[in-house]
Amino acid sequence: MTWENSAITITTLLPLVGALVIALVPKGQDRLIRGLGVAVTGVALVLAAAIAVGFDYAAPGLQYVLDVRWIDAIDARYHVGIDGISMPLYVLTFLLSFLCAIYTWRYLPSPGRPKAFVALMLLLETGMAGTFVAFDLILFFVFWELVLVPMYFLIGIWGSDNREYAAIKFFLFTLFGSIFMLLGFLAMYFRSEPHTFDILELQAFAQAGGFSRGFQVVVFGAVALGLAVKVPMWPLHTWLPDAHTEAPTIGSVLLAGIMLKMGTYGFVRIALPLLPDAASAYAPWIGLLAAIAIVYAALACLAQRDLKRLIAFSSVGHMGFVMLGIATMTEIGIQAAIFGMVAHGVITGMLFFCVGSIYDRYHTRQIAEIGGGMLQKMPKLGSTFAYVAIASLGLPGLAGFWGEVMALLASFRPNETLGLDPGLFRVFMVMGGIGTILTAGYFLWMLQRVNMGVLPDRWREAPLADTLAIEWVSWTPLLALILVLGLYPRLVFGMTDEPVAALMSLFGG
Amino acid sequence: MVGALGILAAETAGAPAHADVSWFVRSAWLVPLLPFLAAGLILFLGKRSPGGGAPWGIGAVGASFVLSLGVLWHVVQGGAAYEASIPWFAIGPLHVEAGILIDGLAAVMLVVVTSISLMVQVYSLGYMHADQRFTWFYVVLSLFTAAMLVVVVSNNVVQLLVGWEIMGVCSYLLIGHWWEEHENSSAAIKAFITTRIGDVPMIFGFFALIAATGFATANIRETTHAIAEGGEVSTAFLAIAALLLFGGTIGKSAQFPLHVWLPDAMAGPTPVSALIHAATMVAAGVYLVGRLFEVFVAADPAVLTTVSVVAAITMLGAALLAIAQDDIKRVLAYSTLSQLAYMVAGLSLGEEGFTAGFFHLFTHAFFKALLFLAAGSVIHAVHSNSMREMGGLRGSMPVTFRTMLIGALALAGVVPLAGFWSKDELLVVAYDTGTTWLFWLFLATAVVTALYTTRMIVLTFFGSYRGQGHPHESPPSMAGPLVALAAATAVVGFLGAPQLGAVFGKWVYVGHPHEAHVVPWIAVLSTAGALAGIAVGWLVYRDARGVDPLAARLGPLWRVLERRYYIDDLYMAAVVLPVRDRLSAAVVWVDRHVIDGAVNGAAWVTRGLARLVAWVDRHVVDGAVNGLGGLTGSSGGLLRYLQSGNVQWYAVMLFVGVIALTVVFIRIV
Repeated sequence: MTWENSAITITTLLPLVGALVIALVPKGQDRLIRGLGVAVTGVALVLAAAIAVGFDYAAPGLQYVLDVRWIDAIDARYHVGIDGISMPLYVLTFLLSFLCAIYTWRYLPSPGRPKAFVALMLLLETGMAGTFVAFDLILFFVFWELVLVPMYFLIGIWGSDNREYAAIKFFLFTLFGSIFMLLGFLAMYFRSEPHTFDILELQAFAQAGGFSRGFQVVVFGAVALGLAVKVPMWPLHTWLPDAHTEAPTIGSVLLAGIMLKMGTYGFVRIALPLLPDAASAYAPWIGLLAAIAIVYAALACLAQRDLKRLIAFSSVGHMGFVMLGIATMTEIGIQAAIFGMVAHGVITGMLFFCVGSIYDRYHTRQIAEIGGGMLQKMPKLGSTFAYVAIASLGLPGLAGFWGEVMALLASFRPNETLGLDPGLFRVFMVMGGIGTILTAGYFLWMLQRVNMGVLPDRWREAPLADTLAIEWVSWTPLLALILVLGLYPRLVFGMTDEPVAALMSLFGG
Repeated sequence: MVGALGILAAETAGAPAHADVSWFVRSAWLVPLLPFLAAGLILFLGKRSPGGGAPWGIGAVGASFVLSLGVLWHVVQGGAAYEASIPWFAIGPLHVEAGILIDGLAAVMLVVVTSISLMVQVYSLGYMHADQRFTWFYVVLSLFTAAMLVVVVSNNVVQLLVGWEIMGVCSYLLIGHWWEEHENSSAAIKAFITTRIGDVPMIFGFFALIAATGFATANIRETTHAIAEGGEVSTAFLAIAALLLFGGTIGKSAQFPLHVWLPDAMAGPTPVSALIHAATMVAAGVYLVGRLFEVFVAADPAVLTTVSVVAAITMLGAALLAIAQDDIKRVLAYSTLSQLAYMVAGLSLGEEGFTAGFFHLFTHAFFKALLFLAAGSVIHAVHSNSMREMGGLRGSMPVTFRTMLIGALALAGVVPLAGFWSKDELLVVAYDTGTTWLFWLFLATAVVTALYTTRMIVLTFFGSYRGQGHPHESPPSMAGPLVALAAATAVVGFLGAPQLGAVFGKWVYVGHPHEAHVVPWIAVLSTAGALAGIAVGWLVYRDARGVDPLAARLGPLWRVLERRYYIDDLYMAAVVLPVRDRLSAAVVWVDRHVIDGAVNGAAWVTRGLARLVAWVDRHVVDGAVNGLGGLTGSSGGLLRYLQSGNVQWYAVMLFVGVIALTVVFIRIV
């Protein structure tokens, strides 16, 4: 056991251990439980940061690898490691979880029960983090499904009025998709020679032409279905607004911030390299769905009356840009996609924090009931909200810009050697451009109706407290990151450049 | 901004290749950096600083102004263009740098932006002194100045785009500065969205530039050269790229048909109108064409003809609208549209017009900033924007009157003030290049310009006072900048005067230095036109009392002007409301009833199947075993179990399904 080969395991599983420890703490110890949550996620974040610092960004391939026997009966191995594609998402997982734990120090939605809440949150953290470092399909699937259960309970127990419908819908939708994904994994296992679930071995097998085109097309369809539900791609997105709207604040933050990226990450890590021929064949269709999602979600946002539902729908559009980047099958497009994932995680996570705190003050999420003038009563919260919303509409200089503009740039000339039609992708590009205009429209209109204007009389005497110290603590890292990523995109592009180039070399270019 | 920081590192590492370049030019990255740092400083420490943080902003932009003069001095001495950069980030094949490109055009723009910003920031000390968001105002003003300066010094389109959009958001924030009023925040949104409609094509144009280098660089010189040289690029591609780029100009410089935002933007504080919506940001669209001029020149001539036509429509159309405005700021706003169109039209005349267009940008910045700040001084005194409530202020506001008169005469093109020289130069170029139709349009618009300018001056300063209270002259912090700008307006025109060597043409040109020359009959004709416009204005308005004499005479035509040719109404009825209210509602309906309907339908079918299975189980299977009857009572429990949507049950069902499907799947593939 060295740090090199055990770092990932320790870091990833630490929250799981934390959850078990919390299970042993007596129920009444509320502060202790929440404190443990902060401590465990904090230590995990430090470990993840240590991994990121110790990582050699110039070297190709995986680092911090541990590859040992796990379930011999099905040749499943415990194979974990990390590269520049995983790194930003892995670190973001620990950062957002830590900030959620801090936020939970003050905010615990009804019906309380901190023990279960914190334990589930930690369980979720392990599941999400594990997904980004698993290099065995079964291990990947275990982490993938592990996420489902805690999120189901977080929505179903701590959610708002329509929580049960939303939780069941979320669970079934995702499970429905995962089943097809698992089928695809099994098919690859049985078709590979020798049978393996190892992602790198399957990749090599696929490179050697092991999977026929027909096989790839069928299996890609199955795997992509599972991933697409998670992203979510249009028209499989309808679970998302319900889940987000009903989920407690930290549920929404983690759902938007990390969980959606599991789907897009799966495309980059599994679907593309393992099934390259099919990926090229499906790319125009993925691009089409992505472009539709961008415009469709923006239009839907214009009609939303519920603040949280509006932000939820905006995620569908932003993930559309991520998928559009992937669909171009170019280095620029895929790097843009990874940047977009990180940026969306930071920005939309932060937006859900804001909306959660707004709800905490007003006890309503209806834009009409809030009625404007928030800047008068709560200038700090209002300014923060405006800053993040403007970041989300893709203002250059802030994080939201690079993923979107680079995805559009990639669409200008998709990978023509793979037979992608530039004319078609330029249509997608124009749709994306229209989407950015509509996005600016709905965000600014939202700010006008929530932030600006005169405070309605009903709130004049209400005890609406401006941003609290604990909120500043949990938000400042994200607010700073939005600016830093915006001004210095190399922070992410520097990580993804090498591995994405390696990925694209699988496609002969 | 970060780019500038990087260059600092590069410079400290030493750049002996440019040892002959003056320190000011090598340090040009400091020009945008100082206001940027000031913005951060004021944001975090402003409220605790003396003067609410304003001294930080004024100090920073003052220092930038001095540096800019140093940069211009390099150009005046005939120094060569200078470019320096450091890597910013790389994505795939594309290497984006952060850098500066200093030539005559950039140097002149630096001076314009920093000097006007300095004047406006000093003026705002007085104009905004009672504002409850005084400190925030200075934050955004400083950030805007930094962003505009980033645009000016950028050596690549990505960095330019960053500055460009930050300018846009600052404009949004400042138009909506008094956001308590719904009208103001709506104007802010209108400005942001309308300009973004132009920005999206511009970004696609940038893509075309980048693509022309094989996605290798975003450097302005390299990309424009690559695309203009042709090579792999077809003529159609080049023409489309140029037109897309011009979209950014149409949006930012408020040209027809995206001009609608600028008059509404007058909802912002008047210093903002002077700085952003008259002198600098709106001129950035013109600057963009100048920066990428090689593309426009190399493209099919039809592109520049299109540019001419757009400018021509805006030029005369906006000038006519200015006649029908009652709000003094809106008169100036339509005037700005019209004058920006002069500049764009000048550039559309090719290399000859390049210098003339930018000379007009240069002179206009001073006299239009002066006019706005003077109008602000009047508004400050009478507490109204409406000229119905002004009149007779000549006596009570002598400094404002005299300085505004200088600005107005410059706008009208009266010799020897700034506007005369630049307008005359445009006329000469139009004549020289044989663009006769544009020549006559320039002249016609000049007459209309003189008319509405005279109307504005007469209604504001002559006759008797029609408003409330007793207006008095503004404080020195406001009057001082007026005097300074009036002085500038009086002299800057001589920089382009052919009789004095027209040095401006030696600083700002493409190809070879521009040689201005005098065409006496054109100078006489344009002066006659200006005087005619002034005379008509004086005759019509000298006795005007509240009601516009032209309103009755023009009848329905006046109504058309008042309704701004119904263009805003058309956009509202045909685009904004249908998209915002109806199309969005339709999408939500589809989402709820079609897509989610299918989802819920599938769930309903599944439940139905489960019920069927239960029924079969009960009636057929159990029936066969236990015989008929007696089971109805106990079966409800199972049914409820299925209908309750119990997740574990679904999960089990699905997992069984997986195994079954897996078997089938593996067999077939």
